[in-house]
Amino acid sequence: MDSVIWSRILTAETLAFHIIWATIGVGVPVFISIAEGWGIYKKDPHYILMARRWTRGFVITVAVGVVTGTCIGLMLSLLWPKFMQLVGNVISLPLFLETFAFFFEAIFLGIYLYTWDRFKNPVWHWLTSIPIIIGSTMSAVFITTVNSFMNTPAGFSIDEAGRVTHIDPIAAMLNPATPSKVAHVLASSYVTCGFLLAAIAAFYILRGRTHIYFKKALRLTMAASFVLAVLTFVAGDLSGKFLAKYQPAKLAAAEWHFETMKEAPLIFGGILDEETLEVKYAIKIPYALSILAGGSPSDQVIGLNDIPREEWPPLYVHYLFDGMVAIGFYLIFISGLYLFLWLRRKGGEWNPWVLRGIVLAAPLAFIAIELGWMYAEVGRQPWIIVGLMRVDQAATTADNVDVMTLMFSLLYAALAVVAVSVLIRLFRKNSPEKEMAERISA
Amino acid sequence: MQLEMIGITVLWIFLYGYLIVASIDFGAGFFSYYSMLTGKDHIINKIIDRYLSPVWEVTNVFLIFFIVGLVGFFPDTAYYYGTALLIPGGISLILLTIRGSFYAFANYGARKSRLYMFLYGATGLFIPASLSTVLTISEGGFIEETKNGVVFHADRLFTSPYSWSVVFLAIVSVLYISASFLTYYAYKAKDFPAMEQLRTYALFWSGPTILASLLVFWGLSKHNPEHFASAVSIGWMFGASFLCFCVAVYLMWKKENLGLSFVFVMFQFAYAFFGYGISHMPYLLYPYVTFQSALTHSTMGWALVIAFIAGLFLLIPSLALLLWLFLFNAKYVRGEK
Ligand code: HDD
Ligand code: HEM
Ligand code: HEM
Repeated sequence: MDSVIWSRILTAETLAFHIIWATIGVGVPVFISIAEGWGIYKKDPHYILMARRWTRGFVITVAVGVVTGTCIGLMLSLLWPKFMQLVGNVISLPLFLETFAFFFEAIFLGIYLYTWDRFKNPVWHWLTSIPIIIGSTMSAVFITTVNSFMNTPAGFSIDEAGRVTHIDPIAAMLNPATPSKVAHVLASSYVTCGFLLAAIAAFYILRGRTHIYFKKALRLTMAASFVLAVLTFVAGDLSGKFLAKYQPAKLAAAEWHFETMKEAPLIFGGILDEETLEVKYAIKIPYALSILAGGSPSDQVIGLNDIPREEWPPLYVHYLFDGMVAIGFYLIFISGLYLFLWLRRKGGEWNPWVLRGIVLAAPLAFIAIELGWMYAEVGRQPWIIVGLMRVDQAATTADNVDVMTLMFSLLYAALAVVAVSVLIRLFRKNSPEKEMAERISA
Repeated sequence: MQLEMIGITVLWIFLYGYLIVASIDFGAGFFSYYSMLTGKDHIINKIIDRYLSPVWEVTNVFLIFFIVGLVGFFPDTAYYYGTALLIPGGISLILLTIRGSFYAFANYGARKSRLYMFLYGATGLFIPASLSTVLTISEGGFIEETKNGVVFHADRLFTSPYSWSVVFLAIVSVLYISASFLTYYAYKAKDFPAMEQLRTYALFWSGPTILASLLVFWGLSKHNPEHFASAVSIGWMFGASFLCFCVAVYLMWKKENLGLSFVFVMFQFAYAFFGYGISHMPYLLYPYVTFQSALTHSTMGWALVIAFIAGLFLLIPSLALLLWLFLFNAKYVRGEK
């Protein structure tokens, strides 16, 4: 295997690992802020304790997010030097802005962590959570514009000699993929963290803990998650419409959609015969693909047969896409069910099966994030920047990428194990019941 | 000012910022572990933790800022350094990763483990050593452009006396800067046993710092005479650096005005670092890349400058708030809050 393959493996591995912690970094501050704000407003110490406990776990995950992010930041130059040389000229603005977002987040996270009881009026402390949210959300926005640019490059032209000229940094940032991608990435990060925190509460209730703290935590996170799950779906729908217009091959590959036609059905699951391009055992939902792509059944959807074969993305992305969408519907379903039972006020929302469903939703949401990125990135092959630079042109010419890949794999594995065990020990040692009692007596 | 001058000035200032804040952090890691081994951790660790816990992430961002800024303003550097530095860069990254995460595990986690402290302490010396080799490499002779692309001669780096003198300087400077700052911080905290301990460290490491600087000059004169000549032509900057050093050590010795003493340490390194930077001009990588040849597209360059100015409006007040809350707030420093 050559450097190109190894560079791809190492990049994919690092990003796939970073995105787990980055997602927590984007979403959890929002919930911390909601809990603290609500607690101050309602004068309810349970919510304040919630914010405190979530923050304590959060600093551990942020640390892993920060170090893995530093890895990608440097690795982009080490593994894709030609890519970064080009990026430096056309799309370095959002990367540069991102570092300011990091500064902002890092500074206020330090302040937030160490000023819990320092202000007479707790609202001041709560206010310092806002810059954390702005910082982490903006870093997600900026980096997503870079990824969007790789899918739909804009804001420059190419002269006869093949050099880039007429650079417009703002237009490059606001390329066609940016709106739908940013919306979907943010919504999915928030919803994933909602389910992560909900699953922890549900898990304790299932274990027989009866303190009102857990019930409050579950209600708060589930109510928010339902709204966010619907928003994620809406943003995903927008992404589908974006693809139909700008990257039809990616959408068609995800849907095994070969003939260009109107009233196209959506294919779910199934097996593809790569020779005859026949699909077996799939569920067909009539008109659904036309609706996803254009908004109405009469919209035409371009099929793969109209696209040169060497530009087809790998066809297994179908399963990645299906997995993500199925999980999306599951998240809406389970949070909707919980809210429905809660509103009926018969206590049905504490049914163990509902709680188990919530616990399951958290890992599923993370899987959906991974599947979504793999779909988005693999679907872009063979380009690193669509139409401008191929992956093999961008990769480093240095040897030893294989050694590096091995070393980083070991490093990430160790980090994952240690981080998780530190988190478990941290929360085992202090139960919320005990902490609540201590805080009241203090 | 010309775009390339603005770019390189901004980057060099941030790299200087990283040099100071990261040295404090790296050295603190070493002192923590060392004092744990010698059974003195109860004396100084509280001071170190109180300062570092709120700021370690900010330190890391200084480095990211420098790298992203360098690639943004001077994209060609990504190509040359990126290709050549895969192994040393990868190793620095692994060390940085271990350090950052294990710091958090040890400090925010449930308990202090000896292993975590060891990793945190050891990386505090290895990271500055590995990062400093990038400056060595920029002097030329280690990276070569051939028909098959850019190649890096690791063997030359490992056998070069100049390279080793830079590594030596990096390590002793880290310990010296860190101890000087922490002495001042302990003094503010009115933690006199810790102050005494740290003051001994600061005085102990001051001598080797100067010795190492002389070695680096000697090494440079052999390795890159052109750079050495231009350093001599702005020799007053290095003289000023030495004067600041003398004042800093004198104040430290006399236990007078430890804050001012640390300010002089900062000036000492500022003069030396900017003297080095100015005499390094115009090369970013000798002799292939100069700061004119590598400059980004001018539209992008100006966009970055505007973004930078806008960013400073956000950054400076936030940093001031951070310092005010944790560095200049006597009650916090003393541990009463
Ligand atoms: C919790 C996570 C999650 C969930 C439940 C969904 N997605 Fe998603 N999806 C992502 C997380 C995600 C992501 C990780 O955020 C991706 C990867 C790249 C991107 O832009 O967002 C993504 C990409 C992505 C793309 C490709 C965008 C592109 O390549 O530019 C499409 C078309 C959709 N999604 C559509 C959907 C639909 C119709 C869903 C139905 C509910 C859905 N997603 C649920
Ligand atoms: C954080 C979420 C992301 C994840 C999980 C992710 C995932 C992946 C995966 C799975 C691949 C391998 C595709 C393949 O070669 O088969 C890949 C490739 C790559 N991605 Fe992404 N990606 C993410 C975001 C980004 C962003 C924001 C950028 C750029 C700024 C980026 C740049 C790259 C590059 C340079 C490659 C290697 C070239 C290639 O194979 O296309 N990725 N990524
Ligand atoms: C090629 C892609 C990426 C690069 C180069 C990158 C780079 C980085 C770097 C250098 C850091 C550390 C910042 C610090 O020290 O505070 C970081 C952290 C972070 N990244 Fe990434 N990142 C990438 C992909 C992503 C994506 C796709 C997202 C979000 C969807 C994201 C969200 C974050 C967030 C929120 C943080 C803050 C740390 C935290 O709170 O966990 N990053 N990233």
